Amino acid sequence: MAGADSDDSLYPIAVLIDELRNEDVQLRLNSIKKLSTIALALGVERTRTELLPFLTDTIYDEDEVLLALAEQLGNFTMLVGGPEYVHCLLPPLESLATVEETVVRDKAVESLRKISHEHSPVDLEVHFEPLVKRLASGDWFTSRTSACGLFSVCYPRVSSTVKAEIRQHFRTLCSDDTPMVRRAAASKLGEFAKVLELEYVKSDIISLFTALASDEQDSVRLLAVEAGVSIATLLPQEDLEALVMPTLRQAAEDKSWRVRYMVADKFSDLQKAVGPEITKNDLVPAFQNLLKDCEAEVRAAAANKVKEFCENLPEDSRETIIMTHILPCVKELVSDTNQHVKSALASVIMGLSTILGKDNTIEHLLPLFLAQLKDECPEVRLNIISNLDCVNEVIGIRQLSQSLLPAIVELAEDAKWRVRLAIIEYMPLLAGQLGVEFFDEKLNSLCMAWLVDHVYAIREAATGNLMKLVEKFGAEWAQNTIVPKVLGMANDPNYLHRMTTLFCINALSEVCGQEITTKHMLPVVFKMSNDQVANVRFNVAKSLQKIGPVLDSNCLQTEVKPVLEKLASDQDMDVKYFAQEAISVLSLA
Amino acid sequence: MSAISACEKVDGFTRKSVRKAQRQRVGQGSSQFAVNSSRPSAPEISALPQLKDASSTEQHELFVQKLQQCCVMFDFYDTVTDLKSKETKRAALGELVDHVSTNRGVLLEPVYPEITTMVSTNIFRTLPPSDNPDFDPEEDEPTLEASWPHMQLVYEFFLRFLENPDFQPSTAKRYIDQKFVLQLLQLFDSEDPREREFLKTILHRIYGKFLGLRACVRKQINNIFLRYIYETEHFNGVAELLEILGSIINGFALPLKAEHKQFLTKILIPLHTAKGLALFHAQLAYCVVQFIEKDPALTEVVVRGLLKFWPKTCSQKEVMFLGEIEEILDVIEPTQFKKIQEPLFKQISKCVASAHFQVAERALYFWNNEYILSLIEENNAEILPIMFGNLYRISKEHWNQTIVALVYNVLKTLMEMNSKLFDELTASYKDDRQREKKKEQEREELWRKLDELRLQERTAIQNNRHEIQFTYNNNKKNRQDKDENTAAAAVTDRAESDTWAK
Repeated sequence: MAGADSDDSLYPIAVLIDELRNEDVQLRLNSIKKLSTIALALGVERTRTELLPFLTDTIYDEDEVLLALAEQLGNFTMLVGGPEYVHCLLPPLESLATVEETVVRDKAVESLRKISHEHSPVDLEVHFEPLVKRLASGDWFTSRTSACGLFSVCYPRVSSTVKAEIRQHFRTLCSDDTPMVRRAAASKLGEFAKVLELEYVKSDIISLFTALASDEQDSVRLLAVEAGVSIATLLPQEDLEALVMPTLRQAAEDKSWRVRYMVADKFSDLQKAVGPEITKNDLVPAFQNLLKDCEAEVRAAAANKVKEFCENLPEDSRETIIMTHILPCVKELVSDTNQHVKSALASVIMGLSTILGKDNTIEHLLPLFLAQLKDECPEVRLNIISNLDCVNEVIGIRQLSQSLLPAIVELAEDAKWRVRLAIIEYMPLLAGQLGVEFFDEKLNSLCMAWLVDHVYAIREAATGNLMKLVEKFGAEWAQNTIVPKVLGMANDPNYLHRMTTLFCINALSEVCGQEITTKHMLPVVFKMSNDQVANVRFNVAKSLQKIGPVLDSNCLQTEVKPVLEKLASDQDMDVKYFAQEAISVLSLA
Repeated sequence: MSAISACEKVDGFTRKSVRKAQRQRVGQGSSQFAVNSSRPSAPEISALPQLKDASSTEQHELFVQKLQQCCVMFDFYDTVTDLKSKETKRAALGELVDHVSTNRGVLLEPVYPEITTMVSTNIFRTLPPSDNPDFDPEEDEPTLEASWPHMQLVYEFFLRFLENPDFQPSTAKRYIDQKFVLQLLQLFDSEDPREREFLKTILHRIYGKFLGLRACVRKQINNIFLRYIYETEHFNGVAELLEILGSIINGFALPLKAEHKQFLTKILIPLHTAKGLALFHAQLAYCVVQFIEKDPALTEVVVRGLLKFWPKTCSQKEVMFLGEIEEILDVIEPTQFKKIQEPLFKQISKCVASAHFQVAERALYFWNNEYILSLIEENNAEILPIMFGNLYRISKEHWNQTIVALVYNVLKTLMEMNSKLFDELTASYKDDRQREKKKEQEREELWRKLDELRLQERTAIQNNRHEIQFTYNNNKKNRQDKDENTAAAAVTDRAESDTWAK
């Protein structure tokens, strides 16, 4: 193969290994990251016989180096001679899979999983599966944890005797003495169940699931929840009640809030996995309890799922369930004591209106929206405003506009600039939905006020906002409403505001078109080229470069060029630089 | 775990001011009342007669009654209800404390289960989520346990019970078992330092009195530490547990068991990598030094371990590491010192040259320690060449004048130790730098050639690609009868092309 014919004497392995042993960690790390280059230089044969044994035996190193090594080896198949030799990569990866540092181990497992697919079924049984067994019966917990992630990749492609052994090993790890291993097993239980034959899912997996879900440590129990969801998708409907539901019900009422949080967090998946009947009978009351949980963390997680849960309810009874069971809980959450709960709810509550339709929305949801729009926490208000589009489709935004306005105004003037920034981002959306008249009357002045905000990020966002508004409302609107105000700022005593004029022109020239740009904006830009502040002058040069493409060539030659030439001989070196740059970009030289 | 607010998402920073504001939340729930959320409020309890007024025959009965009465739990987040009952329980608990601390002969066998039930009911609970999701124990005020007025007395009572001269571990071990200890250990994660302080003393007593539980306690502590190091990086009671371990290590018999050595290398040393090291470094260093004093042969693995985990970017931690190294050097045996001097002084030399003056200063202070100085003097032929380059360079170019002055002193000391070697090193300094530069150029040249080769290979491989594919496909055909799963082969093909695409 390629590489074998390269001049070996040029790259004796000793030199390369010296690089891998360099005293400086950074250099070692660089060398390891180029391990594939080293392997290429050595050729496949020597990579197998010299490089890999070296890596397996002598590397005791910083975790960072080991991590890079573990990653490299996952892509090494061709460098050792293709799939028939891929098993040569197993020894170094095996020792990396026993390292203490979690990231290294995880990466080694990831690489092992990757190359497992490149093993032929025979190699898998001869080389790969014994490695998994060795790891599974290792002394120290690290190797057993790593083993948990490898069962599912080899199980489907080995003989039935070996399959039985694998199942036995997995079972042993599920009742391991150390919680670390039980956690690893619990987190891989769902994945393992998916590759098992249905009979073994029923006979083996269920009992493991039940045991892990009642582990003495909540960190293990909570991982079993996710496995339960995966298992439920595998089983036929008629077995669910007997095999998984008792355990899941118990999890939803676990005494540890972490477990209940997990149930809330996985609720939509769970709902899909168990189907409509169990949802109606079991999940609805469970969901109500989670929405009323005593820990805010759990309530917030459940509140996040309200919309998805309602959407996925069986259609025949959806509305009744929402109106009689879910909505009362939602109403309580609107005035929850915890702001995270309220803002989680606010981010999804608007979605209910499409499900419930116009009349119910007006009667039941609207009061809640309005209450949240007045919430003391800005995040809650923002979340409502950011989702206005859902309501707009159902009842039209007019219903809300009276309450919307004070909320917007308050957020627009919030003391935290991050809040102001967030509301600016929703302005184009709001403008589109409220219509041009409402906007001109109520919101236009806000948008202009942001242009003179004392925080640069806000002024910058406000500029971008103007551009989006013009895209929505058209050039004519721009000429009448915003261009005069923007240009007016060119005479402001504060040079930062004068520069904002230039930034606005940069943003607006293209959407406003040639006529407005030439007729109204350009003269102002020219005038500013005489500004006493150098920053303004070089921004004039930058602006001219930016709006040049919008202008016609005559104008460029006769008007723009002289101005730029004058700036190019400015006494300030930055002004000169940008003027020259503009001249060359616009090809005016 | 709490949602991150939209205004924080904008730039990805969470700021203290925002977080602080969030903390003013009212009416936080407690997991202890999870199961009871829909229950009617706690039953009212009424005061029983005082223990001290009861006759000795009635006293035992009354003691048990009071213990049972104290199993009724109250919600302290609700500050308005059950006020009277709460006061009754508080008074009863106070009496129980007095009863077991002042009287002899009160610990009859039947009270043991009653006592453990009362204690378990009151203290064992799932700790509530932290009020502050990014709780920083170094900066933030901890959330205090709301039910402390009762809980404090329960802890106090349990401690007095364990310390009572009549206390019989052989009777108690039926109730204070592995499960009990496991739950007790989980409470060490409490944010409330008062609670952890009690837990520390209690666990220490239990470890002292229940020989059968010792291995279990150590194993569970190991699990907590391993989880802390490698999984969560969050556990409030690390310092307290280390403090207990400090005294446990003190009592280890010699020669040390393999289990204890493993604890040192697999847990105590990796604990140095934790983000929150500053909170428990003193206790950790104490444990480590205890081990070395017990068995000097462990010095090498400890020092090499510390060097492996030496902080790369955190100067504050680097100073702590240097402090610990000095503590170790204070007790090191000269023969052990010889084994680690080379790697150790390479690190010290780097620290001396650190641009952070506190790190440099801390390392240079080693030369003020007489014992260390004597070790250096004894081995100056090895140490001087390691240190010289950096010291010499720093003496000319460090930005901080204090460091420059300290370095001069160190250089002077070293010169006095071995002036001949010192002169040789000074003379060869320039040549050494040149040689290093040359070596560096050679490295670059090597890698340049390798990279060229790689490019050639890539073109060659692109040309050969079809050929390789062809041979491979043939191989595959030969095997196909055994191959149940051709999908795997398809994966291989894809993986192969990915490898070369990069």
